[in-house]
Amino acid sequence: MIKKFFIAILFSFLITNVSFGNDQLKNKIYKNLRCVVCQGQTIYESNSDFALDLKKLVEKKLNNGETEQQIYSYLISRYGDWIVMTPKFNLSNVLLWIIPLGVFLIGLLTISKITRKSKLNS
Amino acid sequence: MQYKTKIIILSLLLILIFLFFYKVLLTEKTYQPRSMIGKSVPEFSVENLKDANRKITNQDFSAKETIILNFWASWCVPCRIEHPILLELKKKYKLFLIGINYKDSTSNAKKFLNELGDPFDSIGSDPKGEVAIHFGVYGIPETYVIKKNKIVFRHIGPLNQDVVNKILSLK
Repeated sequence: MIKKFFIAILFSFLITNVSFGNDQLKNKIYKNLRCVVCQGQTIYESNSDFALDLKKLVEKKLNNGETEQQIYSYLISRYGDWIVMTPKFNLSNVLLWIIPLGVFLIGLLTISKITRKSKLNS
Repeated sequence: MQYKTKIIILSLLLILIFLFFYKVLLTEKTYQPRSMIGKSVPEFSVENLKDANRKITNQDFSAKETIILNFWASWCVPCRIEHPILLELKKKYKLFLIGINYKDSTSNAKKFLNELGDPFDSIGSDPKGEVAIHFGVYGIPETYVIKKNKIVFRHIGPLNQDVVNKILSLK
């Protein structure tokens, strides 16, 4: 009797843990997908028709055993890189990744030049 | 560098920035994504509202040279606005039109077509909006031009004369 009781508890714990893990992954994906018809919102934050449809699709794909990356790839092929909040590093958006770094380096160089100049002057 | 040269360079830079923003302000604001252009029609299979015995699938798009695919619904006001243009594409220009009835009830869709006219050669039903996601639809109405199973043009929003001209140039 006690054995059966512990097995039941263990089983229910496992089920809860698995569904909690699935929910975590689902929410992670929702938070990384843009609601393309909303103003700067993810589908996690939006209740628009588009966001609700996409949430259903993500859930269906996860239940079918697709991975997070497979879901992103599918949606990128339909809606472009814009659909994900963290776009991949590729040739078409290389400037977007490099410009901030470039500006930061130029800023550092300028500051070091100015400080060196002022030290020499003093 | 002389003070005068600095002022000239700075003024030229400001003029260039002004011209750039002025040109951007004048360009069309509607965002027309190109992610599906050049791709084959995605795999799908839906109920045919005109013929219950035959489903509409992606295979149907290989049958004709040029097909206009339109996502619409009876509850969508812009669809009502563009409907006369779809009728014109059918009657005047004899184009082959496939409609995908998006998140709508069959009875409402039929009522809509009885009232305004039916430009479609076949109509697929997409009650859950899944086919729309396969095509990367943002919102209805949305129109695609498909040539030999390849998407060559898409337009988000109601059709207008400019878009019709573009569609006819692709025929």
